[in-house]
Amino acid sequence: MSAPQPLCGMGTCFGCRVDGVRTCVPAVPRPGPRRHAPVLIIGAGPAGIAAAEAAASAGAQVTVIDNNAAPGGQIWCAEGRTLPSGVQLLAATTVIAAADAERALLTAAGIISYGRLILCTGARELFLPFPGWTLPGVAGAGGLQALAKSGLVRVDGRRVVVAGTGPLLLAVAAWLRRHGAQVVRIAERTSWRKLAAFAAAMPQSKWGDALALGLGAGPRLRASTWPVRYTPGAVELNSGERVACDYLACGFGLIPCTEVAALLGCRLADGAVAVNEWQETSQPAIYAAGEATGIGGVDQALIEGEIAGLAAADAHEQAAALFTSRAEAHRFRRVLAAAFALRPELTQLADADTIVCRCESVSLAQLLSQPNWRAAKLQSRCGMGVCQGRICGPATATLFGWPGAAEPVRPPLFPVPAELLA
Amino acid sequence: MSPRPDVVIVGAGMVGAACAAALAREGLHVETIGEPAGGATAAGMGHIVAMDDSEAQFALTSYSSRLWDALDLPPQVERERRGTLWVAADEQEMAAARAKHSFYTAHGVQAEVLDERALAGAEPELRAGFAGGLRVESDSVVYAPAAAAWLARDVPHRAGATAVSVAPRRVTFSDGSSISCGAVLVAAGVASTALLPQLPIRVRKGHLAITDRYPGFLRHQLVELGYLKSAHGHAAESVAFNVQPRATGQILIGSSRQYERADARIDSPLLAAMLRRAFHYMPRLAQLSVIRTWTGLRAATPDSLPLIGQLQPGPWVAAGHEGLGITTSLGTAAIVADQMMGRATAIPAAPYSPGRAVA
Repeated sequence: MSAPQPLCGMGTCFGCRVDGVRTCVPAVPRPGPRRHAPVLIIGAGPAGIAAAEAAASAGAQVTVIDNNAAPGGQIWCAEGRTLPSGVQLLAATTVIAAADAERALLTAAGIISYGRLILCTGARELFLPFPGWTLPGVAGAGGLQALAKSGLVRVDGRRVVVAGTGPLLLAVAAWLRRHGAQVVRIAERTSWRKLAAFAAAMPQSKWGDALALGLGAGPRLRASTWPVRYTPGAVELNSGERVACDYLACGFGLIPCTEVAALLGCRLADGAVAVNEWQETSQPAIYAAGEATGIGGVDQALIEGEIAGLAAADAHEQAAALFTSRAEAHRFRRVLAAAFALRPELTQLADADTIVCRCESVSLAQLLSQPNWRAAKLQSRCGMGVCQGRICGPATATLFGWPGAAEPVRPPLFPVPAELLA
Repeated sequence: MSPRPDVVIVGAGMVGAACAAALAREGLHVETIGEPAGGATAAGMGHIVAMDDSEAQFALTSYSSRLWDALDLPPQVERERRGTLWVAADEQEMAAARAKHSFYTAHGVQAEVLDERALAGAEPELRAGFAGGLRVESDSVVYAPAAAAWLARDVPHRAGATAVSVAPRRVTFSDGSSISCGAVLVAAGVASTALLPQLPIRVRKGHLAITDRYPGFLRHQLVELGYLKSAHGHAAESVAFNVQPRATGQILIGSSRQYERADARIDSPLLAAMLRRAFHYMPRLAQLSVIRTWTGLRAATPDSLPLIGQLQPGPWVAAGHEGLGITTSLGTAAIVADQMMGRATAIPAAPYSPGRAVA
């Protein structure tokens, strides 16, 4: 049995392999009958669940589709909350493309037309290249958790280094420990000073959780620390410390998943789906909520989802009553961004021969001579492989500041057998 | 300040790049404008193919193929001499294959008629039961964006500039500035008519799909002989079986033709028809993973021949290559260079004269 090669764990990279088989591909498509959903929600994470609850409570007939086998979200799970009865869930169902008709999507479950659409597509992890990041053993932080959850990767008894930045690191570390992993080091890129400021600015309701996570992390937590090189079995940190480990779980931050929105012509701003006060996008009848509109965590997802669900069900008065709570969640979004903004050091980790685009094996050196993302794609084929730039697009956007690099939107959104497009 | 260029080329796709390289080789000071290797160069298949739709088309494609052969292309151009396999579905198309064979052999192009069995042996993934085919050995495949970039590698490029109008010796940009030069050459594919509205160029949109990597699945560039009806007929919409093995092991699946659609949108029903046509010829393609689909815009002329030469009066033009721009770029560039230098062209250039169609 070959070593598992995890990476994204979430159907982003198509490079996660166990025994040479891709493990992060979405479910095998099974075309079904054409159906209609008065309110269709993409994504059954916190935002999607809240939207479904709200729209259903306002009397709408709701259908939810999600990539995963079960609702609850990929990273932050909506604890204790699930879809209300009467809401139809199509699990393991990906959006493939816009369908031929107006207001219809081609999905792995067939064509679904909709009256109103709510995009709760969530976020994916940002991967930044450093020497060794393409080796088996390096995964996304949320990705390793997702793969362990699905049983594809075993973490019990394994030594794991969790590195990167953001509240997700501590949450993943805690989850891994609960599932038997030895978390030998948590390397948080941001400084103690910023961490303290972040803790102070957090809503009081979060202090308990944060304290538990911080105490759980204990002396293994290092601030202003990040990985500079991975070799099989060990990671070297910027502090000079070399830590032996079976897995290096990296989380450099989250990126809104905007592909479906972009495919449908919704306006994007700062890499997220632009919405108005009703969570409505620039396209009429299409709403967006949660991480897709900007990284803000689970509270933001819940409140935005609720507003979107109510607005999509024409319950505007009830929706407007929630605006104050949403403003509070958005304040936390800004605190989060300030505390965990990427530092330039992290964009300097790759060597000339470090692979940046894993699908097409494009090295940093091959990209240095390219003036923009378009030229990089054409001349080096960076971003042209099976993940369609989902991994290297955001990485090169961060490394080179190339606009457009984070938004790959040509159908199909996921590799599918050609017959599904015929 | 750079010296006044001898030639400013509007368009830095395959044709513009080839012209830039040829003119620079003459010692002229050349500049290009427009997205490097963009447009149809980025969108197309990169099939170097001898085509015999007309004597003039054959003359230009075979001349150009010889010029491609003479180049010492770097690895990133991924040139592979795959040969073209024209698939004859039935006896009627088999007769067309034989006629094509006589024409090619009479003109010195190596070609071989395959019967049903030989066809199956040559390309095992084809559905059984086709009458046969014609294999043209000398045809090849290139990665056109890299070829264009390599050809124009030493030619100055005016990045970010957008040309809004052209005069015989001047190009004006969207910011109001302009550049004067010895001559202007418009080689901007479908965008050429924005600068020279008198050109008889129509947009002919195409769709392509690319698969994940399946090394060995295909051996040749495969084209149905019915393709000629699609490519050279003038129906509003048509599809044809046309698949290409890439150096990466990926497979490009085409083709579609659609007049007067200038947007980049995927037309799902047409894409579906195109894929079904491909599955009809090669059933297992249906199970291969498609990772991306896209569209591109061909610059089509009424007689399917490009417009090459100087407008009278006016700037020079090298456009309207429809689906053959990668192949014919080098021949086009040689004709432009010969004419600008006042030399005789290696093949008669009158059939491509922009004057033939421009009143």
